Amino acid sequence: MAAQPCIHCGADCGKNPVIWDEKPFCCHGCKTVYQILNEKEMGEYYQIQPMPGIRVTTESSDNKFAFLDNEELKEQLLDFTDGNTSKVKFFVPSIHCASCIWLLEHLDTLNPAISYSTVNFPRKEVYITFRNDQISLRQLAEMLSAIHYIPEITLDQLDKKGSGKTDRNLLIKIGIAAFSFLNIMMYSFPEYLPGSDLLEQEFKNMFGWLSFVLILPVVFYSASDYFLTAYKGLKHKIISIDIPITLGIMALFFQSSYVVFSGHGIGYMDSLAGLVFFLLIGKWYQGKTYEALSFERDYKSYFPVAITRLIAGVEEIIPIKELREGDLILVRNQELVPADARLAKGKGNIDYAFVTGESVPVPKQKDDFIYAGGRQVGSSIELQVVKEVEQSYLTQLWNQKETATVNHSLDNHINKISQYFTIIVLIIAFAAFGFWLTKSLETAVYVFTSVLIIACPCALALTIPFTFGNTMRVFGRKGFYIKKSEVIEQLHKTTTIVFDKTGTLTLSRQMSVEFQGEPLTDEELLKVRSMVRHSSHPLSAALYSQLKSQEVIEPTNYEEIPGMGITGLFRKDRVNVGSKQFVTGSGEADDSKESRVYVSLAGEQRGYFSIKNVYREGLEKVISDLGNSYDLHLLSGDNDAENDRLQQIFGPEAILRFNQSPSDKKTYVEKLKKSGKNVLMIGDGLNDAGALASSDTGISIADDVFSFSPACDAILEADKFAQLNSFIRFTGTSFRVVRASFVISFLYNIVGLSFAVMAVLSPLVAAILMPVSSVSVVVFATLSTRWLASKQLK
Amino acid sequence: MSAIILLIVIGIIVAGGFLIAFVWAVRSGQYDDDYSPSVRMLFENKEAKAAEDTKKSEPATKDNPDSKTLTKN
Repeated sequence: MAAQPCIHCGADCGKNPVIWDEKPFCCHGCKTVYQILNEKEMGEYYQIQPMPGIRVTTESSDNKFAFLDNEELKEQLLDFTDGNTSKVKFFVPSIHCASCIWLLEHLDTLNPAISYSTVNFPRKEVYITFRNDQISLRQLAEMLSAIHYIPEITLDQLDKKGSGKTDRNLLIKIGIAAFSFLNIMMYSFPEYLPGSDLLEQEFKNMFGWLSFVLILPVVFYSASDYFLTAYKGLKHKIISIDIPITLGIMALFFQSSYVVFSGHGIGYMDSLAGLVFFLLIGKWYQGKTYEALSFERDYKSYFPVAITRLIAGVEEIIPIKELREGDLILVRNQELVPADARLAKGKGNIDYAFVTGESVPVPKQKDDFIYAGGRQVGSSIELQVVKEVEQSYLTQLWNQKETATVNHSLDNHINKISQYFTIIVLIIAFAAFGFWLTKSLETAVYVFTSVLIIACPCALALTIPFTFGNTMRVFGRKGFYIKKSEVIEQLHKTTTIVFDKTGTLTLSRQMSVEFQGEPLTDEELLKVRSMVRHSSHPLSAALYSQLKSQEVIEPTNYEEIPGMGITGLFRKDRVNVGSKQFVTGSGEADDSKESRVYVSLAGEQRGYFSIKNVYREGLEKVISDLGNSYDLHLLSGDNDAENDRLQQIFGPEAILRFNQSPSDKKTYVEKLKKSGKNVLMIGDGLNDAGALASSDTGISIADDVFSFSPACDAILEADKFAQLNSFIRFTGTSFRVVRASFVISFLYNIVGLSFAVMAVLSPLVAAILMPVSSVSVVVFATLSTRWLASKQLK
Repeated sequence: MSAIILLIVIGIIVAGGFLIAFVWAVRSGQYDDDYSPSVRMLFENKEAKAAEDTKKSEPATKDNPDSKTLTKN
């Protein structure tokens, strides 16, 4: 039978698909979901979008959501409850298509206890209203898990609720500015037409007063952010772009108000409202962010919300905040160790994939020390807490929030330009004022305000939001997500790039396998393959996928000894696969630098499989391209087994460091920064979190961008790694677009200023020149960024 | 000339009405998610058909303000 995709998730079913209802499935998990949906006549799920399902590879334990029975946590999680009906918001990272929305909004068909559910697609959230006398929160979460939409509940979400309010305020500000702008434009229009002198005085007054009333909310509400940031900048002695903007708005407002009060018309009210409107549009465009992505993750996003504590043998579920030193905790299969602890009972087999990027579990014996952040694989273990969650080694490292990064957003290109700009404009304004003062005071004041009005850097202020905003969007479409537009500028300034190795340069879930020793026959290989098929250990999985054969034979008496290996019988031949200790029986530990899986067949030692990490596709090209323009460094938590190969890829000038602890990495990056380098750190695991936070720009690489990436400035999809170089280079292109746009807006300013200093800046000239300059700069920035991106980013 | 005054008053009222509608729409969260409603709209038609056969979805649509407006359409 030819390979066919799974009806549920679209994955290749392989040679032995699970058949149900005459349809192929890749695994029993997918089949079960199909059965559930089929039973409830929800087959439409598969019609809206073919193969929409999510494949779940890690089996979670039955108790995963047991903590939802804890009253305190339940209360924190629920948005609303009146005893009968409750509302809850779940973050479900696996929401990805129209079928997901359909299914999650028809949960009431699955279980009548659910009143209704609504999905917010960009945030990947589902809001569920349910009758809590019929279904508990835990059952609800388990129901979602059963159809493979596993809600992610973390400490982080419990701490902060309801964001996104500022975005709404900005929209309202834009709405009000637009309303006033359009109405004032209507009142101003008669003045621009020939014969406006014939307009009766009472109409002039009325239009003036109406405009004055309409402009008040624009100046004092819509534009209020500009005044605030200008004031804050001044307090820190920084002349930001907001200062000339504020000067312009003030000049426009007072000049025009004077005209209205003296009954001479309506002044520049239309230009003022238009200015604020355009500025806010720019702000909105720039402010678009990836809502479902989180760039601010700290340990709270990874850690479980609750943990099972053992008191005199009785299990009790408590929030991890209440965990104290000396407590005995129970950590089950696939659960995370929340605090530094010592193994008290059971066989530890800790997977530090989130911490180091290395997914091969480390065996731990009784009394061994286990750092927080590891995940237990295998049977349950009991741990004695040594340090509280907040005090644990890694949490402390992540908690050292950077103070140096705060000033980043102020120390940028545009602020430097606006400093000179403001000074020059003020010089011109005062010079013109002095010149006209010899003629008349009234004209001098008029010229002074005219200069401030026309020089208002609207076009200048719009350049960066639109150029960088478009760059962000283009990057996002290509799989490179940026936290905010300032990051583009930081990326452009990069001089030094620091890489992490495991998980960043190597693939975390794929390995190469090589056999060392007496070669195995096909039949023997088949036996090994049949054995490892049953084990979920990453090394077994690597072996299974590498040893290709058509069939499998079932071993008898199969047994897995966690942390050691697997054993089984084929007729009378015992086959052992696993660690050196387990297979050879020698007391000495395996001290080789690579991962090895030893094999013995029918009591005969045959050698070992050496399993190596596989480097990402296109790594060599990316590194050699980057090496041409940047200093390269590599910091690896691993041993130096791969030193030669890496030095060959990175070239002789690169500095490679091995055996680096998380804090070593952080200090190394800080040292580079102190020596005047602009450091770009590229990492993936939580062990890089400190280094990512202290670097100028931190990029984290993630296989699944919606979950598990440490706090950073940008997230790169793992399979887009080969394009890293072109992304960094494109930031330079964005900068050239910004410079070109600056030139255009300066040209407009020269024209405008020449009108102003000659005391002939009429409201009509302002009303035409200001929007035209803004719109042309926006169009130029947008079109050129997109065009260049289509040429330079493939 | 009083026609102009009348027109201005009407203009302000109409524009103000739209402004209020816009502010209300933003406040009630209609701009928070600009993707799901476009998809959701397509589901409801099919569901309405299914509802005639099974009556299953009757209580659900009653409580849901979003789907209520959509099914009426």
